Amino acid sequence: MNTAIHPFASLLAAVARGISGVQVQWAGCEPDEKQRIYFANHSSHMDFVVLWSALPSDIRAKTRPIAAKDYWEETRLRRYFAKNVFHAVLLERGAMAKASTPEEARSVGRSLIEEMALALGTEYSLILFPEGTRGTGEKTGPFRSGLYYLAQRRSDVELVPAYLENLNRILPKGEVLPVPMLSLLTFGKPIRVEQGEEKDAFLERAREAVVSLRRIGPA
Amino acid sequence: MLQAIHDAKLLWLYSGALLLLIVLTLIGKKLKGRRKTAASRATIDNLNARIRAWWKMGAIFTLAVLIGHVGALILFGIISFLAMREYMTLVPTRPSDHLTLFWSFFVIMPLQYFLIGIQWYGLFAIMIPVLAFIFVPTSIAIEGDTTSFLARSAKIQFGLMVCVYCLSHAPALLLLKIPGFEGHDARLLLYLVVVDQISDALQYVWGKLIGRNKIAWRVSPNRTWEGLAGGVFSATALGTALWWATPFTPVQSAVVSMVICILGSAGGLVMSAIKRDIGIKDFGVVIERRGGLLDRIDSLCFAAPIFFHLVHYYFVP
Repeated sequence: MNTAIHPFASLLAAVARGISGVQVQWAGCEPDEKQRIYFANHSSHMDFVVLWSALPSDIRAKTRPIAAKDYWEETRLRRYFAKNVFHAVLLERGAMAKASTPEEARSVGRSLIEEMALALGTEYSLILFPEGTRGTGEKTGPFRSGLYYLAQRRSDVELVPAYLENLNRILPKGEVLPVPMLSLLTFGKPIRVEQGEEKDAFLERAREAVVSLRRIGPA
Repeated sequence: MLQAIHDAKLLWLYSGALLLLIVLTLIGKKLKGRRKTAASRATIDNLNARIRAWWKMGAIFTLAVLIGHVGALILFGIISFLAMREYMTLVPTRPSDHLTLFWSFFVIMPLQYFLIGIQWYGLFAIMIPVLAFIFVPTSIAIEGDTTSFLARSAKIQFGLMVCVYCLSHAPALLLLKIPGFEGHDARLLLYLVVVDQISDALQYVWGKLIGRNKIAWRVSPNRTWEGLAGGVFSATALGTALWWATPFTPVQSAVVSMVICILGSAGGLVMSAIKRDIGIKDFGVVIERRGGLLDRIDSLCFAAPIFFHLVHYYFVP
């Protein structure tokens, strides 16, 4: 993979910061080059690019988003951006649901986790939205289990929770035109899967770690 | 372009403001080291925040005047944009307001400044109070969401009125054709901003020194009748003393600056009430680094349109 910083990358990051007026707070950790999985709430198409633009540029160059294959491979332009600008890790959506037997679903799931673990490699970080889909922004939905399995598979990587606020008002689901309000992004304290922790308990704790970072937001 | 540099009185006014700003900055730095109690710390931090904002305003003003009328329009347009951004961020809206908000930011606001630029007085004056007033609720109604419909329409309309319409009257001063005052209108704008801001700050200082009777303690615990009187009178005195930079006689200047001071205070009071209503103390508190602009210009928003119309009515034939 080509790891050079694409000229569009810095431009896009600047545009994203401009439109979102994002104010970043590293509340639980500092920006660091070590391998991390940033996981955040999801309510807008701009979520990824804003979170990504908030990272210092050298760290940004080594941070890849997990994105939906069907969406990003639909047009040439999207394909180009996903591959060359964002170095996105494209995964098939709903692959597990398509499987005919539980056994097959499990193996599909395992291979998705494997793909993400491989994408991390020895130097990359990932951005993922464990809700799996964009919500309205009023409530953060339950987390999908991928985060748990990935965290177990790569226990050497830090899990950093992040909360994106107000982006659902800047570019809500279903809209194409942004309204330039201000937004907040808060990075929290890294978490990890505890010894013997059950999947559901961990996912709820991870969700809590994200939601607890809310600064204003909906009451 | 650059004609402003040849205006000796403008330079005097400008250097005076600059000198005052330097002196205040030094005093602010000195006081910062001496503060003891939590209350005095808050007061001094407030004053230092004002001084920092004034430096920024000063820089913007300098640029605007150097570039000329178009520069002033663009720069005030940017202030309007930033102020409305802050306002809309903190005022609750619903997802169905999205398109209306988009129009407010990207069509109504630029159009208002464009109309001032082409000096279409008749349309600029009714753009937001009439046209936007009809457009905003219609656009929201078309979306079909009736939940708190009236409140949502009013919130967006109010934001447009305060952050765009009212504020745009400050750069509109540059377009007034006052006989015998042609080419000097930058002084009028500086006069308005200086008197307004000094009044705002002096009301705060007088309030801290001798304030007892609160005007409306529910709205703002800092605003007292004593502070209001002290601030208005001292800033009016300053405004009167600046008559030589304006088309006014000393008496006219006294009246006009008193009007600016009182309206500025009204603007501050109204915006405080809105902040209480939303449940925040300062617009800048939640959005620290990018916020707080509205806290500084709320007084200007109320003073600018009345000042504009006073001058327009009495001094432009």
